Amino acid sequence: MLKLEDLLIVQDDFELRADFMLEARRKYAVIGPSGAGKSTLLGALCGFVPLTSGRILWEGADITASHPGRRPITILFQDNNLFPHLSVRQNVGLGIRPDLRLSPEEKEDVDAALQRVGLLVHAEARPGNLSGGQQSRTALARVLVQARPLVLLDEPFAALGPALRMEMLDLVQDLVAETGASLVMVTHAPDDVRRIADEVIFVEGGRAQAPQPAAELMENPPSELRAYLG
Amino acid sequence: MADRAFKITPRLGAGAAGLLVALVLLALGGVLARAEFGTGLRPAEWAAIRFTVLQAALSALLSVGLAIPVARALARRRFRGRAILVTLLGAPFILPVIVAVFGLIAVFGRSGWINGALGAVGLPEVSIYGFHGVVLAHVFFNLPLVTRLLLQGWQGIPSEQFRLAAQLRLTPRAVFLTLERPMLRQTAPGALALVFVICLTSFAVALTLGGGPRATTVELAIYQAFQFDFDLGRAALLTLVQLVLAGGTALLAMRFVPELAVGGGLDRPLRRWDAQGGLVRLLDGVLIALGAGFLLLPLISVVLRGVSGLSQMPASVYLATGNSLMVAGLSVTLTLALALPMAGWIASRSRGGVEAVGLLGLAASPLMIGTGWFILINPVISPSALALPVTAIVNAMMALPFAVRVLVPPMRNLLERFLPLTQTLGMQGWPLWRWVILPRLRPQIGFAAGLSGALSMGDLGVIALFADPERVTLPLQMYRLMGAYRMDAAAGAALLLLVLSLGVFWVCDKGGRWGAEA
Repeated sequence: MLKLEDLLIVQDDFELRADFMLEARRKYAVIGPSGAGKSTLLGALCGFVPLTSGRILWEGADITASHPGRRPITILFQDNNLFPHLSVRQNVGLGIRPDLRLSPEEKEDVDAALQRVGLLVHAEARPGNLSGGQQSRTALARVLVQARPLVLLDEPFAALGPALRMEMLDLVQDLVAETGASLVMVTHAPDDVRRIADEVIFVEGGRAQAPQPAAELMENPPSELRAYLG
Repeated sequence: MADRAFKITPRLGAGAAGLLVALVLLALGGVLARAEFGTGLRPAEWAAIRFTVLQAALSALLSVGLAIPVARALARRRFRGRAILVTLLGAPFILPVIVAVFGLIAVFGRSGWINGALGAVGLPEVSIYGFHGVVLAHVFFNLPLVTRLLLQGWQGIPSEQFRLAAQLRLTPRAVFLTLERPMLRQTAPGALALVFVICLTSFAVALTLGGGPRATTVELAIYQAFQFDFDLGRAALLTLVQLVLAGGTALLAMRFVPELAVGGGLDRPLRRWDAQGGLVRLLDGVLIALGAGFLLLPLISVVLRGVSGLSQMPASVYLATGNSLMVAGLSVTLTLALALPMAGWIASRSRGGVEAVGLLGLAASPLMIGTGWFILINPVISPSALALPVTAIVNAMMALPFAVRVLVPPMRNLLERFLPLTQTLGMQGWPLWRWVILPRLRPQIGFAAGLSGALSMGDLGVIALFADPERVTLPLQMYRLMGAYRMDAAAGAALLLLVLSLGVFWVCDKGGRWGAEA
């Protein structure tokens, strides 16, 4: 599905290589020490971080130079996922049309997504007046209407409490199951990996390793992963 | 994360910058075509250069020298009305020069309050005309500006350092040596450079309070070559002198000139534990009262005299008011139409750029541009037919550096924060402006529009070159009333102009903030 072909990213004295495939309808956890390049990897997939060499192929087509908005990918950042001056409904609507000129059917899609995440009653609220969990739900409703085949999470729930984070991860899991998307999530918690991931991408020592089955890997980690997990 | 490779309005922004440069170069071309180098500079012109440099240097020294104790007193005292006073320190910046001059004459003039008081105790009177007057007016305009700049410097000293000073029981002198003097070493040279450059291109102050062989600035000499001799060759030559003098100095001074911050947090006084002695407090109180009086008395006198003068205003004042509002509206529109794409363009580049625009604004004096265009327009149609549009364009060009300086920093922050999100959503072009940039920058856009409108409303510069009896702006009409010694009518016009300038600023600024949230 998404092929990373001999990817090399060089920034000053930082280097990251990757060479593997992401399959459809799979859930990947990206783990590794701080500064290893987990966020950089996601940024490169989205088109925010330029590649020094290598290609990114989507179902055989080269998207290495594509604009971030034209890739089959949607991403949630650590923060700034919502525009504070726009209503919840407008924020979600931007996922369908960047100029917000929505047809009646598209407006219904927005409301259906809000209904799905339980926020239809707050559709006219500004994000600043919502709780952290409700803000996350708003961003997820937008992911739902964007309906891209690949969803990347760069620790968007890091600021939430443990229970709320689990709730959000479960919701994400349900949403990608409904849309048939693949999920790539950066995480620091081994529990998240066990709970959600089918496969693990371990980033360390300047390399993003090819995905390995999560259950086996966590049962029987190789030495550098064991050092990281502690 | 925000990759600088993605540019906001690269073509429009570069186009706006190009247009600006073209307008300046066109004026320069006109000037060069007519300048007569044959006779060189005459003694009168050398005198103008000497006067210009001397008054600018003295104005800068006095403004900064007096602002230091006032800012220091304001920084360490908390009192009722402090916030209002700090806000009022920003007022001279948008105050029409001619209105301030009128107020200064009322206070310091021959029959003014000060001379009245001096005369009552048998002291000789002071004169507001000539060298003194020009410097006095420049200090009036720049002392508050510098006080604000220095207050920013004081605000920039971390509060922990004052707590540490309190713990160590440092004396005021020790606090000055360890905390304040290093800060002043960084901020004061920039303030000096800024005031010096501003005063080099002074026109309206010199026009009203200076004049004659001993108090003429280069900018005023350009106007006089026009108005009295209609000697375009000489005006063009003087314009080149001004370009070298002001432009060269601006180029040298640019690296010192500080960022102009918008409003932020100056009204929050820091809790201080030093300088609590009775004498120091008294001294600070006197300094603040003197500073406030110097700022407020001329304004109060404008209001007091103006109220009775309102009924004396001839119909020409209303005509001029309509013209001024039109010019200001056009100027605001132009400023924003140029500044917004330019700010988008500059903010998505790495540092630099803003400085270049600012330099252009400081180096190209309004009369230089006016002279150049006059020379170009004159053979085609009567320049006075274009007096109002040309004034609006030149006003917009003068406001542009400020507008860009106001808009670029928040635009940079905005892009840093939201560019990745807008990218993944595929927002570009108009939707990006419509839904993200314009709503989020509304307070700054309102502020920039207010500055531009107020500056244009009160400008007495290029219009003086182009105007005829019908196409006048309110400041020029007021100047003419003063010239005809119709002081009551002039007082009414001054009040009207004061209210309109501050009103235009207030409406735009409030309009930008209204309903906008952080």
